[in-house]
Amino acid sequence: MSPESVPGVMPVIETRAVQKIYSTGSVEVAALREVDLRIDVGEYVAIVGPSGSGKSTLMHILGCLDVPTSGEYLLGGEDVAHMSEAELALVRNRRIGFCFQQFNLLASLPAWRNVELPLIYAGLGRSERRERAHLALERVGLGDRADHKPGELSGGQQQRVAVARALVTEPSLILADEPTGNLDSASTADVLDLFDELSGAGRTIVLITHEHDVAARASRQVQVRDGMVVEDSAVGVSR
Amino acid sequence: MNWTETLRTAFDAVRAHRLRSILTMLGIVIGVSSVILTVGLGQGAQNKVKDQIASLGSNLLIVSPGSSTSSAGVRGGFGSATTLTTTDADAIADKSVVPDVRAVAPTASTSVELTAGTSNWTTSVVGTTPAWLSVRARSLESGRFFTASEIEHTANVVVLGSDTASELFSRGSPVGQTVMANGRTLTVIGVLKSSGSSNSGTSNDDTAVVPLTTEQALAGATTNSLSTIYVEGASSSTLGAAYDEINALLLNLHGITDSSSADFSISSQESLLSTANSTNKTLTVLLGGIAAISLLVGGIGVMNIMLVSVTERVREIGLRKALGATPGVIRRQFLVEASMLGLLGGLVGVVLGIVGAQVLPSIISQPVAVSLLATGGAILVSLALGIGFGVYPAGRAARLTPIEALRSE
Repeated sequence: MSPESVPGVMPVIETRAVQKIYSTGSVEVAALREVDLRIDVGEYVAIVGPSGSGKSTLMHILGCLDVPTSGEYLLGGEDVAHMSEAELALVRNRRIGFCFQQFNLLASLPAWRNVELPLIYAGLGRSERRERAHLALERVGLGDRADHKPGELSGGQQQRVAVARALVTEPSLILADEPTGNLDSASTADVLDLFDELSGAGRTIVLITHEHDVAARASRQVQVRDGMVVEDSAVGVSR
Repeated sequence: MNWTETLRTAFDAVRAHRLRSILTMLGIVIGVSSVILTVGLGQGAQNKVKDQIASLGSNLLIVSPGSSTSSAGVRGGFGSATTLTTTDADAIADKSVVPDVRAVAPTASTSVELTAGTSNWTTSVVGTTPAWLSVRARSLESGRFFTASEIEHTANVVVLGSDTASELFSRGSPVGQTVMANGRTLTVIGVLKSSGSSNSGTSNDDTAVVPLTTEQALAGATTNSLSTIYVEGASSSTLGAAYDEINALLLNLHGITDSSSADFSISSQESLLSTANSTNKTLTVLLGGIAAISLLVGGIGVMNIMLVSVTERVREIGLRKALGATPGVIRRQFLVEASMLGLLGGLVGVVLGIVGAQVLPSIISQPVAVSLLATGGAILVSLALGIGFGVYPAGRAARLTPIEALRSE
């Protein structure tokens, strides 16, 4: 499944020599150095690395939450490395669905209204939003919990609501940052099964984790250490 | 994200933090209601003064005789001299000399005991001309006023004030009945409508009005001297001109060159009342200013809470940004939320203020007029306070970077 071996396939993610340097006063710390990564449509990729490896920084840049210091980042063929905050917001809204470790659901809103949030920012009408939010909740098996507030749902259910929210805009990429970090093993299995299912349906998923058994569920593992990709199961290269 | 969504999101946020929202609005509520009440109190007092002016007769100038000095050097008070005469009144009524005067009512009064059947009543009998009715802004309850020809013929007719009429005739209409005064039999031809107000302690309703010539006969007067000449100016804007014209005319007629030794005085009660009015205004501005300061403090309260709110909701802001909210959308959301707090506070304050304006008069016996301008203004100001004090917190929220916001615990 090496991307190079499938010519003509449009990559979802393509980074070229992406660098991220944080400077605190006179000290410069390179969180990422020269990362080249290509992820194609339909891939299920786990980015693995210990804390401090730079995988969070990579996730922020892949998620358009931050811009690289240098290098190029093409998301769906569009160069997003030098976009403004407002432009990035638009790209995030259209192309990326996020799942966070903390779920990040708004406690005051029922499940379906959490799911419809990205559609509000996309400027969709109310009835269409409601319909799509309910469809997305059914997709993750929570069609009967649409009117429950996050506090009335279990951790696994909350994360599934978050997955529904990530799905609802039909993004080209689902980016999950330690989605099972706050879940017990039963809920973890539950959520990972859901990702398997989505991957089977052709979704492109990038999952960031430090747990190897979670990473093992993905079809491709990318090891990050000291701000560099040290191993990529797709290219089979250990650098 | 359109405006209805922004409003809904802001309303959800206000509702989600119900107690805090109410406490935040409290400052605005108190400020707005006190602005409405203080402005209302001031306006109520001004309206009261305005009513008093209207009851005097509009654009009224009062010409009184000067003080007299006896041969022994004893000086009487104002009005003790007999320097005003019907000649003066006729001259003032001459439009070619005094163009800014509409009507003139010369009066001479004397205290006379009136008798009707078995009841008697001593009152001030005022002799005047038909113009008196309009100059003093009075009207008739029943019957008619006397005419110019009745003055010429020294007709024995009288128009009674409402109080005098009820003292003399306890039952039945007085019109057509007769009263005795100093041996003359006067026919009652009309009764004045109650003016409801009094000037300097004497009721305007305890009086008897007769033709000027009849009064002179009753008083046994041998001169044409008058006690007061009431002059109605053509308009309030030319009242000053009328004043100057009358002053110059009377000085000339009386052969006085030095205006400081004038043997008459002209006063305008409106000028007295406008002084009272401006005092009221000063008080209103002062109280309103204090209320406005409390409104400002309320606005600062909104800013304070919004800043706390931004800090507390950093994760929410980060999430919204991750999901596609641009900095502009976040700014607008917080700005609308702050304005909503301001506006809701303003509306509640207006309701409280209006309720207070209904209740307060019965407690402090002062009229409170709810001014539409102050009400509308207070709502606008509270909205503006919300927007104005929301700008900084909203800017802070908009500037948060999504990673920073998502990372915070």
